[in-house]
Amino acid sequence: LAAGVGLADIRTGGELVINGEIPIVTETAAPEHLAGALNTIYSGWVFRTDETRAMQADDFDNPGMLYVEQGIEAFNTAMGTEGNSCASCHENPESLAGVRATYPQWDEAHGEVQTVEMQVIECQTERMGVAEPYGYDSQQMRNMVALIASVGRGQTVNVAMDGPAAEAWELGREIYYTQYGQMELSCAQCHENNYGNLIRADHLSQGQVNGFPTYRLKNANIVSIHNRFRGCIRDTRGEPYAIGSPEFVALELYVASRGNGLTVEGPAVRN
Amino acid sequence: MKRQMLLVAGIALAATSVQADVIAPDDVVMSEYGEVFESLTGAPGDAARGAEIFASRSGGNCLACHAVSALSDQPWHGEVGPVLDGVATRWEEPALRGLLVNADVTFPDSIMPAFYKVSGFTRPGDAFTTRPAPADLQPILEAQQIEDIIAFLMTLTDY
Ligand code: HEC
Ligand code: HEC
Ligand code: HEC
Repeated sequence: LAAGVGLADIRTGGELVINGEIPIVTETAAPEHLAGALNTIYSGWVFRTDETRAMQADDFDNPGMLYVEQGIEAFNTAMGTEGNSCASCHENPESLAGVRATYPQWDEAHGEVQTVEMQVIECQTERMGVAEPYGYDSQQMRNMVALIASVGRGQTVNVAMDGPAAEAWELGREIYYTQYGQMELSCAQCHENNYGNLIRADHLSQGQVNGFPTYRLKNANIVSIHNRFRGCIRDTRGEPYAIGSPEFVALELYVASRGNGLTVEGPAVRN
Repeated sequence: MKRQMLLVAGIALAATSVQADVIAPDDVVMSEYGEVFESLTGAPGDAARGAEIFASRSGGNCLACHAVSALSDQPWHGEVGPVLDGVATRWEEPALRGLLVNADVTFPDSIMPAFYKVSGFTRPGDAFTTRPAPADLQPILEAQQIEDIIAFLMTLTDY
């Protein structure tokens, strides 16, 4: 099966430096836990056309940055009964620069693995008195998560998969290798065994999440990690898990850990 | 007008008589090597129609994974599966039928979907709607569509 991998089609060697100042690692040695599966991990950027690649190299050309702007505005706007904005406690978005690279992450107080989205909802409901927090996949949430990713660009992805997170990580791994839907396809069959190959008009990547939320030219908007998972399981003629479900949180943790060593690049540009 | 009605009646008749001979997905008999010797419908396949279903995204979408020179007028041939030029010289008809019914028997854990199978799935959906599959889940392709694709594949004798 590995013989099918069109390594010739992986256009390595390109270099991504955002705004001429943030170097991005688009290709590096795979983390140890992938021994036997992958030697090298690649950012989804590697598999895109020159035009799409170029859009991500400069914030003025990256349409995803418009949503980051909206995130900044929301960050500084008071919400909820306590009269706080995010900035009341977090000073500025840059103070959250380490977040994207280390999430999903175990939360001791809640006894669960939390995604960035869950953490935002936690601050809104438990610290700000917001009665109706952002919906998990709402535009406002995607804007805020895009802001938090953008300030973390260039940081090395390093999610913890051991300790209390191990159980969720194992579940995520199991999901990754399960063949879903009437077409009986697993994430691994497309993104581990066939990256580099064309599947009809789509150039398969390794399905990494370091670029999320990604600006998708096809949607003319930014999309969340869980939305992408949902689309991929839908395409197997399957019934996806719900966005924000424990299964997708576990899968996100596992997939993020497959990218340990790459760098945060959200909002990335993808087709 | 009268002639047309007669024709329609004739087609309807033909359709029902074909229907009666269709082997249901769960009743297909497969050899231990993954061959299916009996036609799924008893009716011969139509190669031209088979080529259309092969390429159609809402049909077999075989082109998503397989390139084939015979369809070079179509854009975007996939690279996930082998190029199918000359495939009729590599496989006999019963083996091709078996591959389409359920490729997993010939190639364990194949990425190639089983096109004539209705049970044994994990979280099957109702096509691409994200809703769960209905109780009477239909195979991805109809029996005659599979026979049509086989007829098309049998024309692929050249490399
Ligand atoms: C009243 C104070 C307060 C407000 C307002 C607040 N937060 Fe928080 N935030 C905290 C505290 C305290 C923590 C640490 C909690 C923990 O470790 O679970 C935290 C943690 C976080 C983290 C994770 C940081 C890390 O390093 O793991 C993120 C991301 C975050 N907040 C985002 C936001 C956003 C976005 C808003 C506005 C919608 C917001 N917060 C509003 C107090 C606040
Ligand atoms: C039928 C093949 C197929 C399957 C199965 C599949 N995907 Fe995908 N996936 C794609 C295609 C095609 C794309 C778009 C091109 C690309 O980025 O790889 C994609 C994109 C992605 C992306 C976006 C990558 C980026 O850089 O923007 C992620 C993340 C992803 N998939 C994760 C998954 C996960 C997790 C699973 C299993 C639940 C899965 N995929 C199953 C075909 C598939
Ligand atoms: C998601 C990918 C995928 C799709 C869709 C797909 N195939 Fe395949 N097919 C493969 C792969 C991969 C193989 C090679 C066997 C293996 O490794 O499982 C294969 C093998 C074959 C072979 C044997 C080829 C040879 O040269 O030995 C034939 C014939 C075939 N496929 C026909 C079809 C037809 C007809 C359709 C559509 C009705 C189809 N395939 C759809 C992936 C696919």
